[in-house]
Amino acid sequence: MSIDKQAVKNLAQLARIAVSDNQINQVSEGLESVLQLVNQLQAADTSGLTTDTEQLSQHLRQDRVSETNQRDALQAVAPNTEDGLFLVPRVLD
Amino acid sequence: MHNLTIAEIAKGLQDRAFSSVEITEYLLARAKRLDRQFNSLITLTENEALDAASAADQRLAKSDAPALCGVPLIHKDIFCTQGVRTSCGSKMLDNFIPPYNATVIENFNRCGAVMLGKSNMDEFAMGSSNETSFYGPVKNPWSPDCVPGGSSGGSAAAVAARLAAGATATDTGGSIRQPAALCGVTGLKPTYGRVSRWGMIAFASSLDQGGPMARTAEDCALLLNCMASYDDKDSTSVNREVPDHCAELNNSLQGLRIGVPREYFSEGLDAGTEQAVQAALSEYQKLGAQLIEISLPNTGLSVPAYYVIAPAEASANLSRFDGVRYGYRCEDPHDLQDLYCRTRAEGFGGEVQRRILIGTYCLSAGYYEAYYGKAQQVRQLIRQDFVEAFKQVDLIMGPTCPSPAFPFGAKGSDPVAMYLEDIYTISTNLAGLPGMSIPCGLVEGKPVGLQIIGNYFDEARMLNAAHRYQQVSDWHNLAPEGIEQ
Repeated sequence: MSIDKQAVKNLAQLARIAVSDNQINQVSEGLESVLQLVNQLQAADTSGLTTDTEQLSQHLRQDRVSETNQRDALQAVAPNTEDGLFLVPRVLD
Repeated sequence: MHNLTIAEIAKGLQDRAFSSVEITEYLLARAKRLDRQFNSLITLTENEALDAASAADQRLAKSDAPALCGVPLIHKDIFCTQGVRTSCGSKMLDNFIPPYNATVIENFNRCGAVMLGKSNMDEFAMGSSNETSFYGPVKNPWSPDCVPGGSSGGSAAAVAARLAAGATATDTGGSIRQPAALCGVTGLKPTYGRVSRWGMIAFASSLDQGGPMARTAEDCALLLNCMASYDDKDSTSVNREVPDHCAELNNSLQGLRIGVPREYFSEGLDAGTEQAVQAALSEYQKLGAQLIEISLPNTGLSVPAYYVIAPAEASANLSRFDGVRYGYRCEDPHDLQDLYCRTRAEGFGGEVQRRILIGTYCLSAGYYEAYYGKAQQVRQLIRQDFVEAFKQVDLIMGPTCPSPAFPFGAKGSDPVAMYLEDIYTISTNLAGLPGMSIPCGLVEGKPVGLQIIGNYFDEARMLNAAHRYQQVSDWHNLAPEGIEQ
């Protein structure tokens, strides 16, 4: 399972991290190295084991409002806001 | 004053031998004088420390003050501290001032402890050498051209240099235990779910756990008493009474069954380290313990399993850093895609980006079963090894790291070389068990740690074993030569 240039670009897009053309080789090599490590898992005998976590209990709470409105305090650290909304570059034209 | 343990500081404060303001001023001055040698702190919280120290002195005057009232401590810069920058060692959060306190911080505030500052760490807790911090590497006080270990390198170095008697840290694959070993201090990673993760910036949610670092087991017990709590804001927090971890410290070790895993003593373990660890195990026999050889056969799969699970969870946790609601934002983004992609490319360092990409790969359609699914199954095998072992033994012991501290840059450009540093610690996180490291020797002048792994919620017994060893040995009392004594 190797990682070619296009695969790196696809991953970069999924992860929303810009990877420039001159970084791609280095990134690809690093990923290949880690993949070689993790491919060792394929040799493990895991027959009979499931991946479901049914036996773990989900800790639930009462469906009751308990939090107070702290928007101003929480938005104080935001880069760009207006009227309680977060501002981002235009998405639609 | 910097050579006092937490227990001694607490006693000194209760007995009015000195005030919290006095010791706080002393340690702040010491940090300002010395820390440029180590770079162990990202933020020194001078005003907050003096305010807290004054408040603590008032509480101490009323003589019903909690055990840690007035004791100065350092917190890893991964715990949100209200009004005080919390960077997680990253450019992404260099400008982040949390509007709330992590539960661990709240616990310490309630106990009246004093925060001296926030310690340096590998970026987003990803690393074993503290070389990836946006704020520069931390230097090992024992050997300044060597790494202190990571990711809690700042906390370990600060305690080793006696900038504080204790510090908080976190451990996902060994990040408390490994730097504790390389810096000659005592560090403990509690059972998963013992310490609340609310406000502790998330790396891998099924593995992360906060814990104490100090020079002695007794001090770690005092810190753990305060850090551990049930927290309904953390859905993985376990609702189980917190015992007094100091109560069993002096119990006899007669008849204690110590498992020694053969897989932890095979190739890759440095000879000097092995010798020091074997010498420590002999001391345990003299204390009345019985050594039993055990096998943890799936140990070899632990690093591969971890490097699927941890990056996968990290890729999900770090997706919140998008330049929209807090943290770094790139300049002049021309559209939303650009905002996300450039913010994250500029805000995250290389190792963090690598792990996010690996995690993304392992979770992507077509690969999820083969990687993440498989790793979770292997995780069950690893956990089962320990369950079997604990049927025959009470504690498991072995080396914390394969060798002592290595020079900066020694692990080169291959990330996997660095990953193999964690070979003895990773399984513990995968199984959710508690683990600790205590100093047990010096190899070429650099500290070596003995790892103690306990059964679920058996921290008191681990601390007891560590404490009894520290009563008959002196490794934990040694100070690095280069620092101001």
